[in-house]
Amino acid sequence: MRVLVAMSGGVDSSVAAARLVAEGHEVVGATLKLWGGAQSSGCCSVADVDDARRVAQQLGIPHHVFNLTEDFERDVVAPYVAAHAEGRTPNPCIECNRRIKFDRLLERARRLGFDRLATGHHAQVRERDGRLTLLRGADSAKDQSYVLSMLGQSQLGAIVLPVGTMTKTQVRAEATSLGLRTAAKPDSQDVCFIHDGDGREGFLSTRLELHPGEVVDAGGAPLGAVDAVELVTVGQRRGMPAAGTRRYAVAVDVRARRVTVADAAHAAIDEVSLVPESVTWVDRPLGDGDEAVAQASAHGRPVRCIVRFGRGAGGTGERVAGGTGERVAGGTGERVAGGTGERVAGGTGEAVARAGEDREVVSCCFLTPQRPVAPGQTLAFYDAADPDAVRGAGIVAGCRRLG
Amino acid sequence: MDRQTPGDPPLTYLDHAASAPMRDEVVEAMAPFASGVFGHPSGHHRQARAARQALEEARDRIAELLGAAPREVVFTSGGTEADNLAVIGVLGAVVRRRPGEPAAVVSSSVEHAAVLEACRVASARLGGVVHERVGVDSQGLFDLTRLAQTLEDLRGDVALVTVMLANNEVGTVQPLGEVVALTRSLAPQAVVHTDAVQAAAWLDVAQVASGVDLVSVSAHKLGGPKGAGALVVREGTAIEPLFVGGGQERERRSGTHDVAGAVGLAAALAAVANEREAESARVGALRDRLADGLLHAVPSVIEVAERKFVLPGHCHLCFSGVDREELVLLLDEAGVCVSAGAACASGALEPSHVLAAMGVPAPIARGSIRFSLGHTTAAEDVERALAVVPEAVARLRG
Repeated sequence: MRVLVAMSGGVDSSVAAARLVAEGHEVVGATLKLWGGAQSSGCCSVADVDDARRVAQQLGIPHHVFNLTEDFERDVVAPYVAAHAEGRTPNPCIECNRRIKFDRLLERARRLGFDRLATGHHAQVRERDGRLTLLRGADSAKDQSYVLSMLGQSQLGAIVLPVGTMTKTQVRAEATSLGLRTAAKPDSQDVCFIHDGDGREGFLSTRLELHPGEVVDAGGAPLGAVDAVELVTVGQRRGMPAAGTRRYAVAVDVRARRVTVADAAHAAIDEVSLVPESVTWVDRPLGDGDEAVAQASAHGRPVRCIVRFGRGAGGTGERVAGGTGERVAGGTGERVAGGTGERVAGGTGEAVARAGEDREVVSCCFLTPQRPVAPGQTLAFYDAADPDAVRGAGIVAGCRRLG
Repeated sequence: MDRQTPGDPPLTYLDHAASAPMRDEVVEAMAPFASGVFGHPSGHHRQARAARQALEEARDRIAELLGAAPREVVFTSGGTEADNLAVIGVLGAVVRRRPGEPAAVVSSSVEHAAVLEACRVASARLGGVVHERVGVDSQGLFDLTRLAQTLEDLRGDVALVTVMLANNEVGTVQPLGEVVALTRSLAPQAVVHTDAVQAAAWLDVAQVASGVDLVSVSAHKLGGPKGAGALVVREGTAIEPLFVGGGQERERRSGTHDVAGAVGLAAALAAVANEREAESARVGALRDRLADGLLHAVPSVIEVAERKFVLPGHCHLCFSGVDREELVLLLDEAGVCVSAGAACASGALEPSHVLAAMGVPAPIARGSIRFSLGHTTAAEDVERALAVVPEAVARLRG
């Protein structure tokens, strides 16, 4: 096979490349320059590209640098900033995988005549009865299936994840035995375009006007203030006025410059609604009433849930817990008989979103109350019977307490 | 691994403007200084004298070939150092002479980064220095009207005018004689520098840059070694050194001389001078064959600069609807080595400031490829490129 391996300059993709070479494939390495200039740390730094290039030299494979900074800015960074401006908290790594690595780069690999694109992600693709399943990585602590949960059959058929069956310890041991210079390199942390020093706030303050906001309780009574309402994430506790009990942000209204908080009991939610057109399936879609396991962040705790499909006037807007008992009409209404899921099946963004009355509603009901989930986050679904298998994913529109 | 091994496609090297293969006569000339003659040319014994003699013979030869006096030749580590020394050295000397007074450096907008960055750094570090860029037309030709306006506006402030003799990306040869004439009449106090790094492989620098105060050349573009170059500094031009120490090169460039490099530069310049006319005609014809062949065989190709303005070895084409990163990779796999523009520190291609200055729209510039022919280019190389490129472009266009 002719394989293009995306080499970040980290140990996982280094070993991924080494394994493919050892298996006898024709391997070419490519490092994506997505961001920034010559800074010394973070993704796409010159030092990382140098590491990737040096590993490729050691392995005896050609190495190229692809400059995708314009695509990254347009498809990942700008939407990230725009979402924060509206009080949503997207996951840029998922968007990068969706729009850049497993779209632009995959397309490029195909045009250049590669049979497969390989990455160093800790996840596994396995064939079962002619269909492809996406499984958690063998090392549960390093599992990255969440950030790949929006992939579909055509993408899974075009990729290889050579380290998905390994533990991180094994990966490092293999890198060490091969003498790869990345063997002891620390794992990358967080979002590549946000630096340790000034963090999310530092980055967003260069791109957005940040506004102070008031903090209120569910009844609207003022409790305090925050420096930047755009930086508050639903579910966040840090920085929220405590007053004897822990309080969580349950709603962020950027326009009104207001953050609503509630204590743990009142903040808890048990239904998350998804942006219908964002819902994708790895293969067979889940149906209305199906049980699944949901995960709301890269290393979040998997939680049992029931998936619901419906139709109605249900807005996907702010439906946030807070004990007001506000219900959304049609939210759990009109069920559609078996196989409703198929309407949203078949890869990214194929679901139909209709305006007004006929809007499709996709939601997920937790069996036990959970901390609120921020709008913009991705919810990944795993199979109820096979909790290592990813079923699909969707972007959170809002959440609320049903009962 | 990237060395040529059996089973690889034949090597078709069309990237001479990046670096030309070393000429046999250069290797031969340098050989004694890689082993037998190793003395420090500033020393006082027979080994030192032998090295010093070779160095000064090389200097004499280079001076003659560049139309300068031997004392006007300053050896450098290459084109970048020569450009840096010219820009930062001249501006530094001016600021030291008239501290606190305004000073301006005027450059074209399509200079090599070695000049543009030196201008940027000089204006950032030296108080009162401003950098004015003068644009080019759609052919990449320097805008003399704008230069005249700029010089009239700045008048006595102009300390340095720096305009390349030929552009590295598209190959456009600049009207240097007019630049010199305008500067002498409108800002007579100003020093004129030209980066002749690309042009020296084709043009007689002694003739075309005769009125210029500072000239940068680099050996490896000529079939000489990497890491060797020179700056011609006309007698009487005040210049501050970038490096200080032992005071070599008449205090203009301290550091132990690279004798082998100097000898290699002299041999390469001599080889170019010997064959200039014949090679310009030979390579120019091959370039025409390549450009015409590709324009004929591939739909939607744009030749950004007319050939009459361009060096004989340059063939710069934009393949619309194709990403240059992908085309370079496919051509590389077929053994055809070309360039797609300047890279940043990481090796990633950066958008071309030259094409932007020429008004080439970004989507067109995205498909830009520079084929550059040189002393090793044979008809087979052109035929091989003509066989490979149309197919690769078609594949990428899908």
